[in-house]
Amino acid sequence: MSTEMLTYLFVGASFALYIYIAIRSRAGSTGEYYVAGKGVHPIANGMATGADWMSAASFISMAGIISFVGRDGAVYLMGWTGGYVLLAMCLAPYLRKFGKFTVPDFVGERYYSQLARVVAVVCVIFISFTYVAGQMRGVGIVFSRYLEVDINIGVMIGMAIVFVYAVLGGMKGITYTQVAQYCVMIFAFMVPAIFISMMITGNPIPQLGFGSNVVGTEMSVLEKLNGLSEELGFAQYTDGSKSTIDMFFITMALMVGTAGLPHVIVRFFTTPTVRDARKSAGYALLFIAVLYTTAPAVASFARINLLNTVSEASYKDLPDWFANWENSGLIAWTDKNNDGKIQYHPGKPMEGKPQFTDERGANGERLVANNPTANNNELYVDRDIMVLANPEIAQLPGWVIALVAAGGLAAALSTAAGLLLVISTSISHDLLKRNLMPNISDKQELLAARGAAAVAIVIAGLFGIYPPAFVAQVVAFAFGLAAASFFPAILMGIFYKRMNKEGAVTGMIVGLVFTFSYIVYFKFINPGANSADNWLFGVSPEGIGTIGMMLNFAVSIVICHLTKAPPQEIQDMVEDIRVPTSKGAAGARVEGEAGEPARA
Amino acid sequence: MSDGKAAAAAYWKENLRVLLTLLCVWFAVSFGCGILFVDELDKFVVGGFPLGFWFAQQGSIYTFVALIFVYVWQMNRLDRKYNVAEEGE
Repeated sequence: MSTEMLTYLFVGASFALYIYIAIRSRAGSTGEYYVAGKGVHPIANGMATGADWMSAASFISMAGIISFVGRDGAVYLMGWTGGYVLLAMCLAPYLRKFGKFTVPDFVGERYYSQLARVVAVVCVIFISFTYVAGQMRGVGIVFSRYLEVDINIGVMIGMAIVFVYAVLGGMKGITYTQVAQYCVMIFAFMVPAIFISMMITGNPIPQLGFGSNVVGTEMSVLEKLNGLSEELGFAQYTDGSKSTIDMFFITMALMVGTAGLPHVIVRFFTTPTVRDARKSAGYALLFIAVLYTTAPAVASFARINLLNTVSEASYKDLPDWFANWENSGLIAWTDKNNDGKIQYHPGKPMEGKPQFTDERGANGERLVANNPTANNNELYVDRDIMVLANPEIAQLPGWVIALVAAGGLAAALSTAAGLLLVISTSISHDLLKRNLMPNISDKQELLAARGAAAVAIVIAGLFGIYPPAFVAQVVAFAFGLAAASFFPAILMGIFYKRMNKEGAVTGMIVGLVFTFSYIVYFKFINPGANSADNWLFGVSPEGIGTIGMMLNFAVSIVICHLTKAPPQEIQDMVEDIRVPTSKGAAGARVEGEAGEPARA
Repeated sequence: MSDGKAAAAAYWKENLRVLLTLLCVWFAVSFGCGILFVDELDKFVVGGFPLGFWFAQQGSIYTFVALIFVYVWQMNRLDRKYNVAEEGE
């Protein structure tokens, strides 16, 4: 069977599975729609959290980024996993005990203020839309490369699938689909990784192969890579180029941002007990760690394969994958010295991203309209290739390639669904039910949630079809804003009883405005100045959320001591959420609606 | 009532101690070994990895997973000690 047929088969079968699960686990009440009736087993919730969290960026882009930056890639590895330690110990169990539906719910009630709730809703919607735009685009790219469908049609198919299970099933449907998506995704990531580890080192476990010797030599993978890199003029793979202070602040911003992302937090509202919430955070990180410890190994193997295959090779002798990915625009080559061979060295080969003309060069390569740069590098490689083309570069069988396509789709769809649910919930629950129309019935609220989800899907799809040029630029926003707003507000809400609404609201606004302005200034208003010399304390816009968070803490604490303590019932509530079983008013509300957990 | 309050306060204090101990390990492994002292540790090579590089790209993640499970175990113990564990055990 051809690779294309296999891809249709795998992708089709996985979609059929998701829809089947969604139909089996439809939501009948707001409790089921928002938090799956609080009946999700901790292991299932761990898998669902893993799928929710690992997006197209983790699956497709992360290993590629590490492959190109070497040790500095650790900011993502540590930043996107270390946040779960904070989440498990400082937030999840207490928010589960609080027992409501959303993050703005907590912020609004703990700080007894509609203003706090509205600030939270605006942040949730902004963060989630920033994030979801990239997912829909990811769906389109996978479709267009592997199934030769137009990108826009790919996005629409993705929208239709998400529509079915997010609108019908709500959190309940999404949870059990995400469990399936986690399995598809992790299988698709591990199979090529194991194959490649075997080929390069003879060791089937990539995490160990990463440190082993290259087959037939006495040289370890990393020594080999350092040697190859040095030969071609690249920095040593195991050395960093970012400053220590910037590494520190970026890692912190990503960790704290992870812990403050609403679509992740809300997953811990779905477990039956506080104990299960803690445990499921452990499982979630375990399931995430499987991919996150494999990714750096894949990065190094892929780098060796790439350097060995392309460096000084004649264009005409290159394997088919090179031309395939050149056709999809992710590789470009300009033969600067007209020798028909590829020279791959550090530096940009041309100014800007490649703009292909319709003509072919002397060797059959696609010509670009860009001006070549003065250095001797001739090759442009998009970093996403390191995962997407990895199976082809390593000459793995067609079914592995088909599997990667299904895995990439699972990663993008599961994250998109989680984000869309958070958006729809914050509109139907926090804006309508808790703010504008407190008298609507459960049925009406459910209808509003479904309507909001449908509208959100259409908007997300439009972002995918007409991607705003700034999407890649604003990913720093999502983490920075979550770090500077939610994390301090929630943390102090639990651990600092004296914190009052004046302190928390001012802190959130100061943190947000500071972080937002810093990123906007360096990314949009004055991108030319975006270099270490101009940064505050040498901290890049990616890491500025950490300083925003510190500002938030400082301002909140000062203001709260200048104003009066929170009312007694709020202080009692804080006491209550700190202990797993004291019987409070909160938490009892949806217990009766739990219903039967879906079989999936 | 005051007994209950005192017990809750003691529970919270022990909880904070568990939390702070584990967060110290969290910080030492990731920010310490993976970032601040990475160049010093890189002088040692263990199992084919420069040690600092291994902490940054592998070791810190394994430690994070272990930390959460230690936390779960410690908290379950604490819940039973103060008789605040949820039903079903």
